[in-house]
Amino acid sequence: MSVAERELQQAPSPAPATRKHCLDLDDYSAAEIREVLDTADAMQEILRRPIKKAPGLRGKMVVNCFYEASTRTRVSFEVAAKNLSADVVNFSAGGSSVEKGESLIDTAKTLVALGANVIVIRHSMAGAPHVVARNAGASVINAGDGRHAHPTQALLDLYTMRSRIGRLDGLKVAIVGDVLHSRVARSNVHGLTRMGAEVILCGPATLLPVHLQVSGMRFEHDLDAIVEDVDVVMPLRIQKERADGGLIPSLREYRERWGVTAQRQARMRRDALIMHPGPMNPGVEIDPEVATSPQSVIESQVSNGVAIRMSLLYLLAGVPL
Amino acid sequence: MSAEDMRRALTRIAHEIIEHNRGVRNLVLVGMRTRGIPLAKRLAERLDEFEGTQVPVGELDITLYRDDIGIRAMQPLVGSTAIPVDVSGKVIVLVDDVLFTGRSVRAALDALIDYGRPRSIQLAVLVDRGHRELPIRPDYVGKNVPTSIEENVAVLLRETDGADAVEIRA
Repeated sequence: MSVAERELQQAPSPAPATRKHCLDLDDYSAAEIREVLDTADAMQEILRRPIKKAPGLRGKMVVNCFYEASTRTRVSFEVAAKNLSADVVNFSAGGSSVEKGESLIDTAKTLVALGANVIVIRHSMAGAPHVVARNAGASVINAGDGRHAHPTQALLDLYTMRSRIGRLDGLKVAIVGDVLHSRVARSNVHGLTRMGAEVILCGPATLLPVHLQVSGMRFEHDLDAIVEDVDVVMPLRIQKERADGGLIPSLREYRERWGVTAQRQARMRRDALIMHPGPMNPGVEIDPEVATSPQSVIESQVSNGVAIRMSLLYLLAGVPL
Repeated sequence: MSAEDMRRALTRIAHEIIEHNRGVRNLVLVGMRTRGIPLAKRLAERLDEFEGTQVPVGELDITLYRDDIGIRAMQPLVGSTAIPVDVSGKVIVLVDDVLFTGRSVRAALDALIDYGRPRSIQLAVLVDRGHRELPIRPDYVGKNVPTSIEENVAVLLRETDGADAVEIRA
């Protein structure tokens, strides 16, 4: 037995050897989620250093492939990869061969031929990251696909709740608003229920995904009926077009019934958290003074996002494909 | 190596650290995860006992600094690092259980220097089993144990394993 093999045997309990991609949380076990969160704790320590840099991914290339607009997710992935000394290439569909009609698979293969080890992809079509994962020889991280999934946002939400409250098991989390069109909500439902939390999806009937059936999750139309009882309230962004499409009566009436207003905040438990995946519409789904109140952890969600993405990049990229 | 042998070796190392540094001023002990940490704490207890000064103890995880990331089939878990003081200008005594190839110590040196510029770094190990692959030597050694490369040296500690012992396993 070589020295390397011996050290391998003596290493602490390893990540699952089979995981190459992070596409959604529905195929993550509780143990795997816990591993991502625990590793993020270690990454958080790097973020507290004066020089936020460790060599964990030296020589690896991470390509950010964003076919859809994004500020926080793209920058967060870029910062995370750079903190671990990876080489980062940013690619956006505009100005690329995509405009000449190159297919998603061909683009991904090109990126791998250029040396990509990890492809981070955001796409307006649900399933696009899965297609890339099946066809390109690189690890794929889903940074949001259509209305389907946004696993890294859900993981950072779980991480923020666990850091602030100390546990996930038994938490009551209300996700409020346009759940139907929300990939963040869907990934959070899978992640939170897997970790033993209860998820209450709250909003107008026109915006709730009635087909979604996950154990540990329920629907509720009346926000006032649950607001006093929950550990976390997470309003989702209301897109202004929803009112034009007839899904909600008007933005003002939406705020009356489902907005996280200062009056509703006053009825929440003192230790309950207010979260928001961003970007916000202040004055619609959340009042500006609520978003900046001490109960709001919206800013730490953003900084925790870097630690979570460092954790995922490390766990996926360090393993040879 | 029995529990008694281990106790004596640590006591001697503590005296050597004091003698070599003419006291414990400016000293910081840093234990390497996993078993270097309880060893560093035990050394700190002795330094306190002999000199009446509490020496800060840090915990160092070297996973992100290893030279075999991406070569191994599985990714090792990253543990936490906690260095309670600014290392700049300090005399660091790095503590580990077994010194073997020297690769972990190389990684630890890189990791430590990411936190600042120590005045010097010294190395204390409970067991030196030989077979170095890098030009690294310890300043304080509990016991030199000649081994064949095929053998395994297992350091068992009260804190992590329930009892103190050093065993050579084939």
